[in-house]
Amino acid sequence: MATHSGGLTTAPAPAVRITSLVREFAGRRVLDELDLSIAPDEFVALIGRSGSGKSTLLRVLGGIDHEVTGYEELTAPENVSVVFQDARLLPWKRVLDNVALGLPGSDAEARARTALAEVGLAGRENAWPVELSGGEQQRVALARSLVRDPELLLADEPFGALDALTRLRMHTLLKQLCARHRPAVLLVTHDVDEAIALADRVVVLDHGRIAADLRVDVPAPRSPGTARYAALRDELLTLLGLDPTAGTVPEPADPGASQPTDTTPKNAKGSDL
Amino acid sequence: MSTEVSGREVVEAEAKPAAPAPQRPQDASPPRRPAPPRRRRGRRLGPGRPIPFAWGIGPLLLLAIWSVGSAAGWIDERNLSAPWDVVSTAVELIEDGRLQDHLWASTERALSGLAFGVAAGLVLALVAGLSRLGEGVIDGPVQIKRSIPSLALIPLLILWFGIGESMKVITITLGVLVPVYIHTHNGLRGIDSRYVELAETLRLSRWGFLRHVVLPGALPGFLLGLRFAVTSAWLSLVVVEQVNATSGIGYMMELARTYGQTDVILVGLVVYGLLGLLSDGLVRLAQRKALSWRRTLAD
Repeated sequence: MATHSGGLTTAPAPAVRITSLVREFAGRRVLDELDLSIAPDEFVALIGRSGSGKSTLLRVLGGIDHEVTGYEELTAPENVSVVFQDARLLPWKRVLDNVALGLPGSDAEARARTALAEVGLAGRENAWPVELSGGEQQRVALARSLVRDPELLLADEPFGALDALTRLRMHTLLKQLCARHRPAVLLVTHDVDEAIALADRVVVLDHGRIAADLRVDVPAPRSPGTARYAALRDELLTLLGLDPTAGTVPEPADPGASQPTDTTPKNAKGSDL
Repeated sequence: MSTEVSGREVVEAEAKPAAPAPQRPQDASPPRRPAPPRRRRGRRLGPGRPIPFAWGIGPLLLLAIWSVGSAAGWIDERNLSAPWDVVSTAVELIEDGRLQDHLWASTERALSGLAFGVAAGLVLALVAGLSRLGEGVIDGPVQIKRSIPSLALIPLLILWFGIGESMKVITITLGVLVPVYIHTHNGLRGIDSRYVELAETLRLSRWGFLRHVVLPGALPGFLLGLRFAVTSAWLSLVVVEQVNATSGIGYMMELARTYGQTDVILVGLVVYGLLGLLSDGLVRLAQRKALSWRRTLAD
């Protein structure tokens, strides 16, 4: 990654500051002069239609995009963790070793144990990843990210593959964990309700640019019944090109169905192996 | 069953669920109560239930034919010694220590060839798998080598290294190297690029990446290669020991041929067979231990 400079500790400097970020894939502009900044311990949800560049932006910030086309400023904290949509656990390592993977220091294992207990998986340290359910695997992935005490947590539709009930439980867990560890968070999601439930700010991405940047000012128990919630939801759906007034409120693009069409360059470059 | 039905109502129809169907036209007395549901007796098309110790039937049958043939004098002693002669020869060979000496010489050759070949194959596969340049340099020659049987290289190897121990070990090494390289390389290339990304986000060092991702990811391929390699090592051993050796199981058999001792030849064959079975079993055991994280149909 280009400039992963540690943020200067003068005033409340933003955790992430991006100006004029451009990323092209074979001449096609996926990120187009994009500007974004995220304050420390701010929770930002990034929504947008498939192909709007959400995942591309996240990959740039995560340092796994090695071919960024250009930028004026690209500042991200030194310590960034990524939670992928798939839990991405190494199948040949037990749960505890997956969490402790690459952790420095002699207390790595103890810290990994604590992190597992935090996500409610104490006692499953010696299980193989295949023995866990999808939700449990994603909790291990959360523990693996948080055990590193990240200044910035990037999450690419982390709950997209989970069933609705498990997803709600994970929302609660993520909220608790973020309240405790206070990282800046950038959560990519297709789900407007997920964005409103979790984020301080919702950023709508369209054609590689920020189309809207809205503060979530829904009062504390963000229940879908309140008028403010409904208004914000309608506004976001309209921004995503859906008509919230057309009969029943349309679901914001079924996350399961529309993921594969995202423009993430998952297979754009060949494996380095 | 249930093909014959008399005119009277069958009393044991209750006990036999497969009672006659009511639609038989010649059935005189009309059924007083509905016939019990007819159970379909399907024809079994699969091979059926496994027989315990079925794998032993064929070999035991062969042994029986061999014993009977020898006892009855149908098999000429000069062509094939009787089983009991083979056993007593084996006992003699063990008692005077000759079998152990030859076995040790053979094992030493096979093991050192195996060790060199596995090490070389593994290193080459890693270099070819982890760098594009390495792949360009290494993969071509190994693929070419793959299409030349190692045993065809023996004349050349004899000219270069003589007929001593080094020629034998090198022949075995060359035979072992290829399957280890091919399967390990294949395993390496098959590692999911998502794990590479993961390693990057976790900021693993080059060595950490190798240790935690690359090597475990390539292990299934490597172990498969090792199984082929072990078989190949014994195969090469048999040939090189009969080329020009003064020790080893192959030499013992070659010597026995000149004296027409079929019993000694058979002892050698049995030893080769046992060695092959034993070593394959060991590798499979290692496979099961090392790959316990996998849940596949085969394991």
